Amino acid sequence: MNMFSLDLTTSIYVMILLPLLGAIVAGILGKVIGRTATHRLVIAFIALSFLLSCKLVYEMIFQNHPRLVTTAYTWAHAGLVQIDVSFLLDKLSAVMCCVVTFVSLMVYIYTIGYMADDPGYQRFFSYISLFTFSMLVLVLADNFLLLFFGWEGVGLVSYLLIGFWFKREPATFGSLKAFLANRVGDFGFLLGIALVLTDFGTLQYQEVFSQVPKLAHSIWIFPGGMTISAITLICLLLFVGAMGKSAQVPLHVWLPESMEGPTPISALIHAATMVTAGIYMVTRMSPLFEYSPAALSVILVIGATTCFFMGLLAVFQFDIKRVIAYSTLSQLGYMAVALGVSAYDAAIFHLVTHAFFKALLFLAAGSVIIALHHEQDMRKMGGLARYLPVTYLTFLIGSFALAAIPPFAGFYSKDVIIEATRLSTVPGASYAYCCVQAGAFVTALYTFRALFLTFHTRSRVDAALAGKVHESPWVVLLPLLALAVLSVVAGAILIDPLLFSHPRLLGDSVFIIPAHDMVAQLGFHYHGTLDMAREALTGLTFWMVIAGIITAWLFNARFPQWAEMLKKKLSWAYAVMINKYGFDAFNQVVLVEGTRETGNLLYTISDVKVIDGMCVNGSGEAVRSFARFARRMQTGYLYHYTLVMVLGLMAFLIWYVR
Amino acid sequence: MISLNELLILAAILFGLGVAGIIINRKNIIILLMSLELLLLAVNTNFIAFSYFLKNEIGQIFVFFVLTVAAAEAAIGLAIMMVMYRRQGSIEIEKLDTLKG
Repeated sequence: MNMFSLDLTTSIYVMILLPLLGAIVAGILGKVIGRTATHRLVIAFIALSFLLSCKLVYEMIFQNHPRLVTTAYTWAHAGLVQIDVSFLLDKLSAVMCCVVTFVSLMVYIYTIGYMADDPGYQRFFSYISLFTFSMLVLVLADNFLLLFFGWEGVGLVSYLLIGFWFKREPATFGSLKAFLANRVGDFGFLLGIALVLTDFGTLQYQEVFSQVPKLAHSIWIFPGGMTISAITLICLLLFVGAMGKSAQVPLHVWLPESMEGPTPISALIHAATMVTAGIYMVTRMSPLFEYSPAALSVILVIGATTCFFMGLLAVFQFDIKRVIAYSTLSQLGYMAVALGVSAYDAAIFHLVTHAFFKALLFLAAGSVIIALHHEQDMRKMGGLARYLPVTYLTFLIGSFALAAIPPFAGFYSKDVIIEATRLSTVPGASYAYCCVQAGAFVTALYTFRALFLTFHTRSRVDAALAGKVHESPWVVLLPLLALAVLSVVAGAILIDPLLFSHPRLLGDSVFIIPAHDMVAQLGFHYHGTLDMAREALTGLTFWMVIAGIITAWLFNARFPQWAEMLKKKLSWAYAVMINKYGFDAFNQVVLVEGTRETGNLLYTISDVKVIDGMCVNGSGEAVRSFARFARRMQTGYLYHYTLVMVLGLMAFLIWYVR
Repeated sequence: MISLNELLILAAILFGLGVAGIIINRKNIIILLMSLELLLLAVNTNFIAFSYFLKNEIGQIFVFFVLTVAAAEAAIGLAIMMVMYRRQGSIEIEKLDTLKG
């Protein structure tokens, strides 16, 4: 059967269901059909999904097919609200599907090499296949509840995969942390959805968005007289969900911990796709967010804070995966900044390029980790460029892209965000501009620090491993090369259609109030990709990046003693960085211990004293003490009984005869 | 001629004495039994008085029944008392408090 002859609706269903089928087969029959059959099947399914998503992109973007809503079935009726399992295919979701399935495919192939001798091989494939399914549902959902289903699905799989090596304590701890931090975010998200239902009476995207202008001025009044615009409240609550999933300050704490999971999922879930769900969601809700300048401002400030301060932490990490994890936080911050200045297209642009080069960096780091037999500490690496030439080359490309060196992919997307922030007039934009500029310096610093420590400098590899380090198998290198190519070219290819053409590639998927449209203003100064790269050489950002690279080289490769010296001089600042600004300590002391103490307090007071003491034992004690009093009446003396009898009789007589 | 009222007052006095005997007496179980007889006598007196003044013999027949039962009851009471004396070596009412709660 020629799959390109399928109509669009069928393509959507097949694309979504293939990964689910793969997950079920790998999960239930994995042990029966064996390792090879499992990965062949799952990868065949995802490859088909990827091809179908390419077809969708082709139809939506090149054939300019109008948006398509298809309803599979009605999920629930509740009063006037009808919730369908329905999917929305437009340019935005088509692009996202393509990115998700492509990175999934690369990571699945890579997994064959990375997990080769793991006993949980089939389980791993089952989980990641389930992840792709959930992510596709999230991306294609046509109403808030289905979005929430996908949202929770990816959260669940993320939890399962961080704790994949559940016999290791840090892994289970990390998975729990991710789950709990996401619960906080999801709680806000759910409240936001509830508020949407209250205010709009429906959860279907188009029906909600069409009512937004009408409700733009309705307000909520809190007890106490405080008022807030309904749209702002909804947006803030939805963004709390995005903060959890996309790891923005202060709900970011789970992402570094998630590095306890296997590297393929760090690349797929915790860098390329799932963590960008929050960014995608805000972009999808742009018709809502555009009507709330306050919410945009909050997004901008939080994103900028995440962007700079989390990037700074990466400079002080020694675990290679954690460095990249903090850089993911920082890059997500850039995307949030782009959302804050209403440059949704730029956010999606950075999301796409970031998916490529960050997956690349993670997979390259994973390749190093395989070569060193699961050693992740950069203090035990060094000088590996000679032994791992392909990995080195791809890591270098990834680093260039991440550090925004023209003309690599990251340059275009990041530069647009920085420029848009400079032009923006949203409150907080000047703070955000400082953060993203400084972030550019920090990004280059930590990226090249990792590069130097890993691949250059004197070798500090364990003596036992020293002679045996060799390049990874081709299943590992193939995805690296594919992603490396995209990390080089994706930016230059995508910038024109995504940002500076009329109409833009995402078209009407994104709604921007014209006055907010920073990207359009940038367009006046844009004269092609080459020109942009050339102009960058005279811009501040480029020299920030170069300064970052030189600093990294000086402090890590050329004069490592400088770093030691600085560490001693500024020991207090170093302590702050090593303790990650105390977020973990705060969470541990205030939230964990606080919860435990509150629990103890409730246990000793309400449980032990009130329920056990007063209610359970108290009622028994009341009966006993009454009985203790009542037994005094039972003297056992006949004459007392007689007396009482006679008195009682007399009382009755008086009562009746009266 | 004695009036019904006087007889009823006599019966009431007898009954009161019987009750007082039961309540006040704290020593001897024989006196308790005697007080019980007194209560029954008071009731019998009432029966006879009403029987006489209402010209109805059923009351007097009832008195015989009561006397018979009283005799049986006294016999049983005395027998219980005997057994109790053997078991406890005492017939003091104050010591009979096994019903105490």
